[in-house]
Amino acid sequence: MVKITYIEHDGTTHALDLAEGLTVMEGGRDNGVEGIVAECGGACACSTCHVYVAPDWVDRLPPMDPMEEDMLDFAPGSDPARSRLSCQLKITAALDGLVVEVPEEQA
Amino acid sequence: MSGIVVIGAGQAGCALVAKLRALDHDGPLTLLGAEPHPPYQRPPLSKKYLLGEMPRERLFLRPEAFYADQGITLRTGCAPDAIDRAARCVRIGDERLPYDQLVLTTGATPRRLPNMIGGGLDGVFTLRGIADVDALAPRMRPGARLLVVGGGYIGLEAAAVARGLGLQVTLIEAAPRILQRVAAPETSDYFRALHRAHGVDLREGTGLARLLGAGHVTGAELSDGSRVEADLVLAGIGVAPNVALAEAAGLPLDNGIAVDKLGRTGDPHIWAAGDCASFPWRDTRVRMESVQNAIDMAECVATNLLGAQTPYDPQPWFWSDQYDTKLQIAGLNAGYTRVVARPGARAGSLSHWYYAGDRLIALDAMNDPRAYMIGRRLLARDTSPDPALLAAPETDLKALAAA
Ligand SMILES: Cc1cc2nc3c(=O)[nH]c(=O)nc-3n(C[C@H](O)[C@H](O)[C@H](O)COP(=O)(O)OP(=O)(O)OC[C@H]3O[C@@H](n4cnc5c(N)ncnc54)[C@H](O)[C@@H]3O)c2cc1C
Ligand code: FES
Repeated sequence: MVKITYIEHDGTTHALDLAEGLTVMEGGRDNGVEGIVAECGGACACSTCHVYVAPDWVDRLPPMDPMEEDMLDFAPGSDPARSRLSCQLKITAALDGLVVEVPEEQA
Repeated sequence: MSGIVVIGAGQAGCALVAKLRALDHDGPLTLLGAEPHPPYQRPPLSKKYLLGEMPRERLFLRPEAFYADQGITLRTGCAPDAIDRAARCVRIGDERLPYDQLVLTTGATPRRLPNMIGGGLDGVFTLRGIADVDALAPRMRPGARLLVVGGGYIGLEAAAVARGLGLQVTLIEAAPRILQRVAAPETSDYFRALHRAHGVDLREGTGLARLLGAGHVTGAELSDGSRVEADLVLAGIGVAPNVALAEAAGLPLDNGIAVDKLGRTGDPHIWAAGDCASFPWRDTRVRMESVQNAIDMAECVATNLLGAQTPYDPQPWFWSDQYDTKLQIAGLNAGYTRVVARPGARAGSLSHWYYAGDRLIALDAMNDPRAYMIGRRLLARDTSPDPALLAAPETDLKALAAA
């Protein structure tokens, strides 16, 4: 199991033990983390799974592919330094301890 | 109190019950679904799930425990026989399930090829549910010959998956071009070239005369008199909204279950949302078939069930994955008079922007999420950039959106 902590916009915190192989989006959505909307179900087509990654984690994650990068470029509230699409982040042992914040609004 | 009953446990039904609970509605809530599965997402059925790259569990929109945790009675494998409007109840066999408010989120059913022309032969498929893919996928073996009838999104996506799996693919489209109903000639051109480059024998202006074979399909005779051999046939020739319950109950129909701006049918206690429902929008009546519409309309109806008076005013968007191309669409292009093409910043990225007169109404973005995201923002604000500026590759999109 991989420990991932999700912090909702109002501060509500979910520290979850998640199975490898899912995505960070699925882990949050399936455990009722508010704000992980994921309308396209993980197809990298909607940007409603946008999260902010804790600063010390930014460089430890696999790099973005061009599609994710371009979606985030114009996503509402996007911060080039720490934004990711959580549906593009596969849960692996390397992500143990990851902390993500959910933005105020998804659109 | 009898509570809210929802018939149809798909994308819209799931969004509706989840929204009701998110809005702190705590009354009795029942979700009835004909399929044996809890609500699941359909888009992967013609993409990664068909390709065998996605396990079934990942299709489900919510984990099974969600429904019980939220006090939602989910009854799968349950198809009611009738709606009794006078008694305000749903008839399921001998059971009478009472409702205060009833919502129909019954989706749509693919059109089948008529039996008269061989539609009933073994090896002929449609693609809507998990059961369809589970029947089709094991037969999609390398070297098998697949005939796709219909050049809409589902047919094109299935053709792309089949090529990926090593099948020989012929795709026929009776209209003069693929995607004719939904996209401009420029977008059809892009996808025609893409499929041909991947080895699909794509024939437009070519209909199906009849399927050949006794018992199992072996081929087809086409409208131009030519013949193709086939081991499998997939019909992607559109869907019909599931209106049988509504019709039998005497509810008004108009290309689906007709609802007003709030999502209400002709009966003040009965509502509808998603693929099965048509609604008034911008001086016409439309019915949409998309995840966006299923979610947003269901959520809008959920608020109205609780007393809001919010008209449903969608910002339509859609996507399709074919080979390595992601198509993203924003807006509805109906009534466009002009298409502006804009090359994207990355190799192979391209967008087509639809104008009705001077007004931007939609765009298709091919591997161009930046154009798509900006387009969505412009459309949401009903802002129409000067087409000449848009067409010029040196124009900064961000500046356009900021203007
Ligand atoms: C293969 C495929 C690929 C797609 N790809 C995309 C895509 O890439 N992007 C996109 O935006 N959209 C896509 N769509 C469209 C999208 O999936 C639909 O628009 C969406 O599922 C509609 O949601 P719905 O709830 O209205 O209907 P559905 O999801 O179809 O749910 C309706 C449910 O109601 C049940 N039902 C029907 N009648 C009854 C009854 N009488 N009693 C009980 N239950 C009943 C049905 O069995 C079904 O489970 C795709 C669809 C398909 C089939
Ligand atoms: S879920 Fe849609 S982009 Fe991640």
